[in-house]
Amino acid sequence: MATFKDFRNDVKPNWCPGCGDFSVQAAIQRAAANVGLEPENLAVISGIGCSGRISGYINSYGFHGIHGRSLPIAQGVKMANRDLTVIASGGDGDGFAIGMGHTVHAIRRNIDITYIVMDNQIYGLTKGQTSPRSAAGFKTKSTPEGSIEQAISPMELALTAGATFVAQSFSTDLKDLTALIEAGINHKGFSLINVFSPCVTYNKVNTYDWFKENLTKLSDVEGYDPHNREEAMQTLMKHNGLVTGLIYQNTERKSYQELVHGYAEAPLTQADLGLDQNYFDKLVAEFM
Amino acid sequence: MIKQLSWKVGGQQGEGIESTGEIFAIALNRLGYYLYGYRHFSSRIKGGHTNNKIRVSTTEVRTISDDLDILVAFDQETIDVNYKELHSKGIILADAKFNPKKPEDTEASLYAVPFTEIATELGTSLMKNMVAIGATAAVLDLDIQVFEEVVREIFGRKGDQVVAKNMDAIKAGFDNLKANLGAGVQTMQLEKADGKKRMFMIGNDAIALGAIAGGCRFMAAYPITPASEIMEYLIKKLPALGGTVIQTEDEIAAATMAIGANYAGVRTITASAGPGLSLKMEAIGLSGMTETPLVIVDTQRGGPSTGLPTKQEQSDLMAMIYGTHGEIPKIVLAPSTVEEAFYDTAEAFNLAEEYQVPVIVLSDLQLSLGKQTVEPLDVSKVEIRRGKLLTGDLPEIEAKGYFKRYEVTEDGVSPRVIPGMKNGIHHVTGVEHAETGKPSESAENRKAQMDKRMRKVENIRFNMPVYKNAKHEDADILFVGFNSTRGVIEEAMGRLEKDGLKVNHAHIRLIHPFPTDEVLPLVQSAKKVVVVENNATGQLANILKMNVGHANKIVKHVKYDGNPFLPHEVYSKAKELF
Repeated sequence: MATFKDFRNDVKPNWCPGCGDFSVQAAIQRAAANVGLEPENLAVISGIGCSGRISGYINSYGFHGIHGRSLPIAQGVKMANRDLTVIASGGDGDGFAIGMGHTVHAIRRNIDITYIVMDNQIYGLTKGQTSPRSAAGFKTKSTPEGSIEQAISPMELALTAGATFVAQSFSTDLKDLTALIEAGINHKGFSLINVFSPCVTYNKVNTYDWFKENLTKLSDVEGYDPHNREEAMQTLMKHNGLVTGLIYQNTERKSYQELVHGYAEAPLTQADLGLDQNYFDKLVAEFM
Repeated sequence: MIKQLSWKVGGQQGEGIESTGEIFAIALNRLGYYLYGYRHFSSRIKGGHTNNKIRVSTTEVRTISDDLDILVAFDQETIDVNYKELHSKGIILADAKFNPKKPEDTEASLYAVPFTEIATELGTSLMKNMVAIGATAAVLDLDIQVFEEVVREIFGRKGDQVVAKNMDAIKAGFDNLKANLGAGVQTMQLEKADGKKRMFMIGNDAIALGAIAGGCRFMAAYPITPASEIMEYLIKKLPALGGTVIQTEDEIAAATMAIGANYAGVRTITASAGPGLSLKMEAIGLSGMTETPLVIVDTQRGGPSTGLPTKQEQSDLMAMIYGTHGEIPKIVLAPSTVEEAFYDTAEAFNLAEEYQVPVIVLSDLQLSLGKQTVEPLDVSKVEIRRGKLLTGDLPEIEAKGYFKRYEVTEDGVSPRVIPGMKNGIHHVTGVEHAETGKPSESAENRKAQMDKRMRKVENIRFNMPVYKNAKHEDADILFVGFNSTRGVIEEAMGRLEKDGLKVNHAHIRLIHPFPTDEVLPLVQSAKKVVVVENNATGQLANILKMNVGHANKIVKHVKYDGNPFLPHEVYSKAKELF
């Protein structure tokens, strides 16, 4: 059985020292081992940006695509081979700006993949511009007078889009984050895990210390029930979205794969590509 | 007795014009006639003039006719818009309800038949289309029983009574006109057809069927005219084969989802028209750079922007050859008949996997939506070739080592594995990468990988890259075209040959990489090269000049008003030159 070390490769990440993404990488590797995966049964599909490089830093099948499109690629992979564990990942710009359309639709489609967003509230790789997660007033190279747009609330948005698994974590909480990723992988359907992953180079506001001061663990909220959507929404609004833990899970709703008419139980990769002459004749007769 | 007939039905969109044409055409197809149908329609659901022109022949027909024998009109606009196509012995069968008026400058005859009144008497005015079919049958002296089978198939689920009523409507239309025939309606009797059963289908049906035959088991697509029929067909048929279609949130998702599924090892298609292809361009580059097979259909329509969404055009050619930033190897196929659309789409999946490149199957609105009689398709001719896709156990790789997915090879194509395979782990990225897929910016590696990728399609093997009908060693004219203009060129060619001109024809099926060796000798041996295409700038003519030279011989014959070429337009352009 593979251990988390088997999910390590020899590539040195090009992230800045202290970047939150290192912990996310470690958490994915641990979670993959903990749920009993072998490296070849995991596909990590990532977008573009600092965090998008993560698919190259894990010893598994990895696909580093184009900006904002990790989710459709990941859904295609899963539809082709339902036996693979598919993790999509990228940054907040990737998932909540250029790729936001895909995020909302992947949520409502509910294909059984796990989406891990490394949320640092800034554009890092392009050297410090505003992100859709930047708070109003946040000064960046592209918003020298401070951002005048409202920040997106991804967790609330996911709930309204019909998400069946919504969680949030902080990159330093390695143990909690690993457990959430495991739960996400085990969840039958689309799981969204937003991880506060501080950018130590370009974001001097949302720092490690800032998160430590402002985050509330849902495990500390007395009687919190992650199966109650209304309570989840109220709690998120009350804490301005700054909570960590499993926010909401719906285990009743079936995943997309379970609902698709005619979809093969075996991976589609094993389908016979040839066409039986009788079946073809039947198809042809319909045009006569 | 006539060998050929052109029949057109017109009215307001949403009035059942399409189904009238459909019932008429299917019935005649079953008698063994060859048909070619082309719909004129607008980008709206109700209202606006629409018509369906159907050519019926005892021999093969592949394009719209110049003139018209019978016009069935449900409103005055249909007469006003279309009467000029009628020849002097042509007939207008018009609904008496709107007091049809015949324009002064036509010798065609007009018969007002109470389509609506008869239908209303029989129960519902909706059946006026059936009355019109009956009236047509009377002119053609056809036994109306030929329609019963089709009517039963279409209305059968609504019950026997509905079938019977519709047949009554056809009979009433037939009888009404027969009663008037004494008053001098000329009948147009078609010679008997061979009675053979042949398919009657649109190009999009053939593309979808070709995809299934070619092993496609998944599709990701977004609806658009004139491509949607492909996804609509596949969602009906793929589930029986374990596959499915996902209607994505946009075109970008469609292309990238298709890339994901192809990367994971399932033959996957996406299809769209110009606006969708514009959105897919970045993904096409990703497919090229990551060497992930991808089959994309582009059913061209009038551009640019939203352009003429329901009209014929062939203006995406350059965009399909060169589209996406940077340089990638790419294959562009352009089937010129419905049959070729079937075989070429199936073959596109082989080429995509063998060369590990994006393959664009180019179609156009006339080919995709024109409905025609098709010779039998032979599925046993369809091969499944997956190129260097490895199966079975892979040799062990060293610890932390990666499989060389981008190994530099002589033909440029590298061994390919799919996720899930032990010892096959590698990285895939749109960033320039080394043999293992790991990012690399070294100049030496860049050149090695770029050369390797571009080398793949240098010698591509494609059965019949050019359709040639070239009898003459020294032709007066060489016609060149792509996609649906094949039929119109063939017809013009026949007339020109009768006039004593020596005419050759080359229809380009492999647009890119351009089959220069096949085309050059034909260009060299012709006095004039007439390139017939539905765009404003003569894109194929320019491609031809670029690849084979001889610019002084090349004559552009372009049409970009939204309508397909008619045979006489191609004929007269060539006549002008001699």
